[in-house]
Amino acid sequence: MKELFYFLVYPGLAFAATVGGILSWFDRKVTAWVQFRKGPPFLQPLFDFLKLLLVKETIVPAKGSVYTFLLAPILSLFGASISAVLVLLPAFGINAGFSGDIIVIFYLMNIPPIAYILGAMASANPLASVGASREIKLIISYELTFILALGAIIYKAGMSLSLADIIAAQSGGVFAGSVSGILLLIALLFCAQAKLGLVPFDIAEAETEINHGSFIEYSGAPLALIYLTKYIMLFTLPAFIAVVLFGGLSVEGPQIIYSVLKVFGLVLLVTLIRNTNPRLKIKQAMRFFLLWMNLFVIIAFVLTLFGL
Amino acid sequence: MALKDYVFKKSLWVFHFGGASCNNCDIEILDCLTPRFDVERFGIKLVGSVRHADVLLVNGSINVRDKDRLLEIYRQAPKPVLVIAIGACGCTGGIFAESFNFAGPVDKIIPVDAYVPGCPPKPEAIIAGIVALINKKKAEKEVEHAA
Ligand code: SF4
Repeated sequence: MKELFYFLVYPGLAFAATVGGILSWFDRKVTAWVQFRKGPPFLQPLFDFLKLLLVKETIVPAKGSVYTFLLAPILSLFGASISAVLVLLPAFGINAGFSGDIIVIFYLMNIPPIAYILGAMASANPLASVGASREIKLIISYELTFILALGAIIYKAGMSLSLADIIAAQSGGVFAGSVSGILLLIALLFCAQAKLGLVPFDIAEAETEINHGSFIEYSGAPLALIYLTKYIMLFTLPAFIAVVLFGGLSVEGPQIIYSVLKVFGLVLLVTLIRNTNPRLKIKQAMRFFLLWMNLFVIIAFVLTLFGL
Repeated sequence: MALKDYVFKKSLWVFHFGGASCNNCDIEILDCLTPRFDVERFGIKLVGSVRHADVLLVNGSINVRDKDRLLEIYRQAPKPVLVIAIGACGCTGGIFAESFNFAGPVDKIIPVDAYVPGCPPKPEAIIAGIVALINKKKAEKEVEHAA
């Protein structure tokens, strides 16, 4: 029963989606400010979601594989909510999770992109396959950077594979306070950017060149689920970074203000990166991660070994 | 029902179909999305796939070749979808109405919910057209309720 509550209400689906929706509004509002506009109203993410879910018709592709097409958004939503639960339980100090959960989270966070690929491939649309192939290449390139950065963090925390221990190891001082921590923060932010599919790494859904790529055939309720997944991921990834580099998101008393600031600050960084960069080509993105970001993380790793 | 209408009104995603236009209307439509007019305030957003669209903005005269494509696009859009004809060309055919390959104004091919005349209409006029459309839907609802 308790597990179900964790998954469905707090801190899983309902809570993560609500906060994610607020963050998505924040993201759009900041974008509007950057461009000297006023931006959407506060409830806009809710309106978008409800409109897609309740009002719009769902169209399935005539030549595609209908079940895979319709199940992919559900799969992505599951992956996102479970990773939200596993990140947020230790982050809020509700329970300690288990040893090795950082590895499980690493895999679970890959489920939404993989589900997008499945859905795109099932939709029998050429532009969607272009999007899917780009998404695959993107995953291949940022995953190594991501796991290397996690390796450095695990080393910093004294070879512990549990998020609760990583938070405990930062009680003296957060990891982001060191030189290597800042390098890791930069690398993880770019990985988060790529995982969220935001500019400059929105190559897989580039709406101006391949018309939303992987999502081109989705309409109505499945599209609503995809948006919900995106809201949840927009909360989960910053929360994860806050856990591994900023000492968790404590919700006790006044600490909650710091936690809110951490999440909003990280989302602000992501938004500013997205607003000040043009979209890369897939080749450039691969080179960026495979060459430069890996080099960057390896430097951070070496600095970690020297205790910096 | 009221909730459905409300959220639909609050989040209109626009797909832009440019027929054989002189490109002036296209530019005016893009102007609506620029910071000066900022239609995102009302939840209006330009989307790249017609499957995501709630509103079809059609501008330019529709010639023989455009006709099939316009029909196809309209069929591909998930319902309910609103159609707005922009510019003199979209509403009546405008200066192209007499030409040999003209296949009719937009409302001869697909049902149109609102017309925004002008050659080209100002961005203010386009926004006014969308507002009028939203209000018209509201008025229709009230008539239905009264009846
Ligand atoms: S209405 Fe006028 S401005 Fe618009 S496409 Fe036609 S000719 Fe061009």
